[in-house]
Amino acid sequence: MKDYLVLRVITKLLVPFILLFGLYVQFHGDFGPGGGFQAGVIFAAGFVLYAMVFGVASAQRILPEGILRAGIAGGVLIYASVGLLGLILGENYLNYSPLSHVSKEGQHLGIFLIELGVGTTVASVMMTVFFTFATWREK
Amino acid sequence: MEEAVNIVILALMAVTVIGIVFIRNLMAVVMLSGIYSLLAASVFVVLDAVDVAFTEAAVGAGISTVLFIGTLALTTRIEKKPAHKPYLPFIVVAITGAALIYGSFDMARFGDAEAVTNKHVAPYYLENTKKHTGIPNVVTAVLASYRGYDTLGEVVVIFTAGIGVILLLGSWRRGLTPPAPHKRDEA
Repeated sequence: MKDYLVLRVITKLLVPFILLFGLYVQFHGDFGPGGGFQAGVIFAAGFVLYAMVFGVASAQRILPEGILRAGIAGGVLIYASVGLLGLILGENYLNYSPLSHVSKEGQHLGIFLIELGVGTTVASVMMTVFFTFATWREK
Repeated sequence: MEEAVNIVILALMAVTVIGIVFIRNLMAVVMLSGIYSLLAASVFVVLDAVDVAFTEAAVGAGISTVLFIGTLALTTRIEKKPAHKPYLPFIVVAITGAALIYGSFDMARFGDAEAVTNKHVAPYYLENTKKHTGIPNVVTAVLASYRGYDTLGEVVVIFTAGIGVILLLGSWRRGLTPPAPHKRDEA
């Protein structure tokens, strides 16, 4: 896509803001609208935009397949282990209250961690699906 | 004012759907379905469901559109002419639509705070979320804490979808492809 100067310049301008907005939605989900799911999709959208304009190969230099696959499994693992942590600390599965001395702080921490897991898995899956679709014919 | 906004958005949605039905260029259909999702997101904003609107805009208008474009790149861009007359599908769709409209008569009145659905568990969450979790966004608290088990299931669904795509189209058996060697971008 080397002919589309406007597209390339605008993309380079936009991608950092999209990623930053994704992080904001991720970590501000307990106060404003949003959460791991939306954040993961926004974060993936930034990379998808980059890959559409500059080619999948350039995007995959930043996020190789291996890292994305680790992210797919890692997010679910984070989520499930936070649940197990509650179990080990003597409460029900996925009850975050015992994660801290104060029950409310435990809830905060637990929700933060599981949203991180959700965001990781969603972003990795979305990018993997797009990269796989985009490179399928080449292989 | 709000009613006028609703009518305009819903009318635009209807126009979009009619466009999708008649256009044979699949690229245009994908774009129209993205616009449809964006309009649906606007409806959710009018309904004060910002979290849902957010998801609809990101997933429906954003990612689905990109995935459809990816699919079009792998298949074809022009829809084939149907081999048979569309009467039978039209009758099926008409009956289903009539049944759905009939079902909507039993729904609570639009925005009715006294409806049964709004009287059941919703007041409990609105009252106790702050006490239990100290989180201002009730939607997040319900999703992540009260119904954490369901959300875990949702994440596993997405996980399964990703694994499925890798197994069907990806390079699972060949192993990971090494990233392309760095060459100077044209930019």
